[in-house]
Amino acid sequence: MNSGPLLFLGILFTLASSFWGLVLAPQLQIGRQPLRTIEATGQIYPSGRPGLAQEGAEVYRANGCAECHTQQVRPRGFGADFERGWGRRRTVAQDYLHDYPVLLGQLRIGPDLANIGVRETDALKHLKHLFNPKLTAPGSMMPPYRYLFEKRKLKPGQSASPDALPLGNEVEDGHEIRPRPEANALVAYLLSLHSEAPLFEAPLPQTPTNAAPNEATSTNTGPTTSTNTSPTNAATNLLTPVPAK
Amino acid sequence: MLLFVSGSFWLILGTVLTLIASIKLHGPGFLADTPWLTLGRVRPAAMNTLLYGFACQTALGILLWLMCRLGRVLLFNAPVIVVGAILWNLGVTAGVVGILAGASTGFPWLEMPRFVAPILFIAYALIGLCAILTFHLRRERELYVSQWYLLAALFWFPWIYSAATLLLLFDPVRGTLQSAVNAWYTNNLLGLWLTPVGLGAAYYFIPKLSNRPLFSREIAIFGFWTLAFFTNWSGLTQLTGGPIPLWMISASFAATVLLLVPLCCVATNFHLTLRGQYREVKENLILRFVVFGAICYLMASLQGIVGGIPQVSEITHFTYFVVAQTHLALFGFFGMVMFGALYYIIPRLTQVDWPRSKLVRVHFLFSAGGITLDVVVLIIGGLIQGSKMNDPGVGFVDLVKSTIPLVGLSTLGLLSMLIGQIAFLGNLYLLLRKFCAVHCKAVLTRPETAKTEANL
Repeated sequence: MNSGPLLFLGILFTLASSFWGLVLAPQLQIGRQPLRTIEATGQIYPSGRPGLAQEGAEVYRANGCAECHTQQVRPRGFGADFERGWGRRRTVAQDYLHDYPVLLGQLRIGPDLANIGVRETDALKHLKHLFNPKLTAPGSMMPPYRYLFEKRKLKPGQSASPDALPLGNEVEDGHEIRPRPEANALVAYLLSLHSEAPLFEAPLPQTPTNAAPNEATSTNTGPTTSTNTSPTNAATNLLTPVPAK
Repeated sequence: MLLFVSGSFWLILGTVLTLIASIKLHGPGFLADTPWLTLGRVRPAAMNTLLYGFACQTALGILLWLMCRLGRVLLFNAPVIVVGAILWNLGVTAGVVGILAGASTGFPWLEMPRFVAPILFIAYALIGLCAILTFHLRRERELYVSQWYLLAALFWFPWIYSAATLLLLFDPVRGTLQSAVNAWYTNNLLGLWLTPVGLGAAYYFIPKLSNRPLFSREIAIFGFWTLAFFTNWSGLTQLTGGPIPLWMISASFAATVLLLVPLCCVATNFHLTLRGQYREVKENLILRFVVFGAICYLMASLQGIVGGIPQVSEITHFTYFVVAQTHLALFGFFGMVMFGALYYIIPRLTQVDWPRSKLVRVHFLFSAGGITLDVVVLIIGGLIQGSKMNDPGVGFVDLVKSTIPLVGLSTLGLLSMLIGQIAFLGNLYLLLRKFCAVHCKAVLTRPETAKTEANL
């Protein structure tokens, strides 16, 4: 086989096969996935992010938070994401429809953040964590993001600004630490991170005790829009969830 | 030549950045107050410097040289290539500065800001077209296996690069499809661009330097087609358990397992070519680089296949195990093969011998030792990290802390690699000084000389 054209065609064909298979075919399958209404709450899911949180997403992207933090919960029984409390259900394609870029992340040097807005709702704690992670998580290996904050000298007798961080001994006397707008935006973004809406392809686990009754029923209702056969059904069966030990 | 020199420069910069990132993983306070040097920016900047600065440029340079050599023909239109190379360097500089300044796009291995993509693409088009025309004008019509790999790589790179940038940066697809396209791209950048160039070079240099004919052309060609077909399907195993349709991951997994076929082809072919000649490998420094690289290729592919198995990836996913694989493929396989090739090619282009052969030895020892240390500890670290991550009883902070000693060792490994590379660069500098003393020519005219001498 020394013929150039044949070689050329072969070269094109091989790559074309996966280009069709892995790039274009999924685009046909879930490229036009619609927003859906969650029956239990009547809300459209996923709902868009408020403006400040959207700005925060840019801060998250620009500073490469995704280098260490993933935003994806694996299925129950595959890894211990569920047991670690990173999410009550796996994340599915529906959760990411509004994200650009989608920052799934590849490494977990830090914990998963897909549901950080559910786990920690206190904005002040987030700010403190960003300023010096060791304050809120002793022993944490996360780098401090002091450049997202502003250190200001207080004039004698001047009281601290309302948004200054209550840091106690951490800050020198006569100074205050205030979050810059980037820090506030980033925290707004973190608070907006939650993927726990009950979906047809990813229902919340039915917990026999202390679960609100409407939540338990909502898991079986399925999608309410006209596209009742969800294109991501396949994703549910990804790895048959084995009950964790 | 310009490609080689600037490639080596970027290599050093990339390794320094990787080193900084690695130190940060166990000393989070290190350089933390400079936004430009925060971990989340240094890591992607390091990766991009290595990939586009070092790997792509060296790949292009070696590809051009092999095309000339195997086709017994002059380089087609060298000035255009020089323009392309300068443009490429401008693009990479702008891109890396952009990432450090916080303009990263957030897509792994495509972090360079959007405006860089067209620059790189045009630069590549200039060089690539010349390479294809050089191939077309070849005087030796009979094709050698290396040319298959190189020609294929020439067509594959612009395709994956343009498709990925279009679908991610210019007209983005929705939701997690971005992650799928991204995984397809990163896998192919390594598997269909750097790997074929590295293998093409290995297929040329191993028989050449050991003075033995290639064991089997048929096996090599069979290996080529299986590699071509299965590699590009195999990328999505890195999303196992992720929010994309299951069939994509399954298809990728099947392809990943089938990658054993080309792997065996390469292994048998090289082994049988070198059989009985391993003493040569010990004596010939250049051959040592290439053979070490080939071994790393086998290891990295094997690691990729094992890591693709869902039961394994349940543990290794999201851990240093994956980092180890990238380092093994990039530094171990690609880097070492390229160094071997550079040690062979540069004296022939400049007609100046390497001034210090001791430095070559230092380079090999420190690189080989550094890579081995780095990869082994990262694999062990990844396994520890992964198994503890799947044990909810272990607190997350304890988990991260338990891997720190290993990450520290990997920093040492990187440091050792850096020493090796500095030895290489020092040697290159001495050689170039000698060359300039002989020819008294401006740096930029060197490709012209290269052009005439490529015909040797």
